Amino acid sequence: MLNDKIAVIGDKDSVLAFKAVGADVYPVNGEDEASETLKKLARSYPVIFITEEIAKKIRETTERYNARPYPAVIPIPGASGSTGYGMKLISKNVEKALGTDILEKK
Amino acid sequence: MARMNVNPTRMELRRLKTRLKTATRGHKLLKDKSDETIRRFMLYVKENKALRKEIEEEVSRALRLFMLASAVTTEQVMEEAVAMPGYSVKIETGKNNVMGVDVPTLKVTESEQKELYPYSFASVSAELDGSISNLSKLMPKLIRLAEVEKTCNMLADEIEKNRRRVNALEYVMIPQITETIKYITMKLDENERAGTIRLMKVKSMLENQKS
Repeated sequence: MLNDKIAVIGDKDSVLAFKAVGADVYPVNGEDEASETLKKLARSYPVIFITEEIAKKIRETTERYNARPYPAVIPIPGASGSTGYGMKLISKNVEKALGTDILEKK
Repeated sequence: MARMNVNPTRMELRRLKTRLKTATRGHKLLKDKSDETIRRFMLYVKENKALRKEIEEEVSRALRLFMLASAVTTEQVMEEAVAMPGYSVKIETGKNNVMGVDVPTLKVTESEQKELYPYSFASVSAELDGSISNLSKLMPKLIRLAEVEKTCNMLADEIEKNRRRVNALEYVMIPQITETIKYITMKLDENERAGTIRLMKVKSMLENQKS
């Protein structure tokens, strides 16, 4: 069942900092390990943050959780800064809902 | 639009007319639903965008500080420093219903805030303090982002599904039923006319016989 904690998946450098603020961190290398970890964690954590670089690579796995209320799989920027992937996902959502991205220029 | 394969009878006509009524009503309701869902979605998306922009900046900054801190100390010291966090974030989960979609609600209940910095200040550099205090302040916002982004995701899904239903009704079901109703009415009228003509014919034949 769901517990009340936060999980963070990402490369080791980005993830360690979150440990200090009480999140459970799962450093991974490689896509396979990342998607395996995500599948495992999805059963117990309500919120899972994934660094953008890894989220981009395991997109198929993350999209699987889109239709369900839990878990919320959210990309966050990693140690090397934001790649714009998270923003792109928002635009994608708008596009899916409305047909075009009307917020693009703002 | 192709008409349905039905017998042109009065009973069928009646049945189709009720179906058309239901379909039109359903179409109107679904359209209203889609309008409202989109309105709500726009509100969420705007918040989502603003939050994400803010968070991306701040998380990047905090992580950069963390990198700086780990650059000046050894890896072991770093890991040791954060190994036993004195601070933990607990979240309460719930469900909210937005336009018939179950979306998650997350609430932060920061528990047992004993000590934000669970390490000795002597062993690590000051950047780590900054990084950790930034991150811990960001935590409620991150949770809010998770909630809003998930809601956006689910609403977008729902809007797409709903649009398909509306389109199916508007461009397939309703034209098809209208067409079939028209066909049946024409057929019935035609039968009626044929009946009248037949009667007239018989009458004139009888009159011819009499005379």
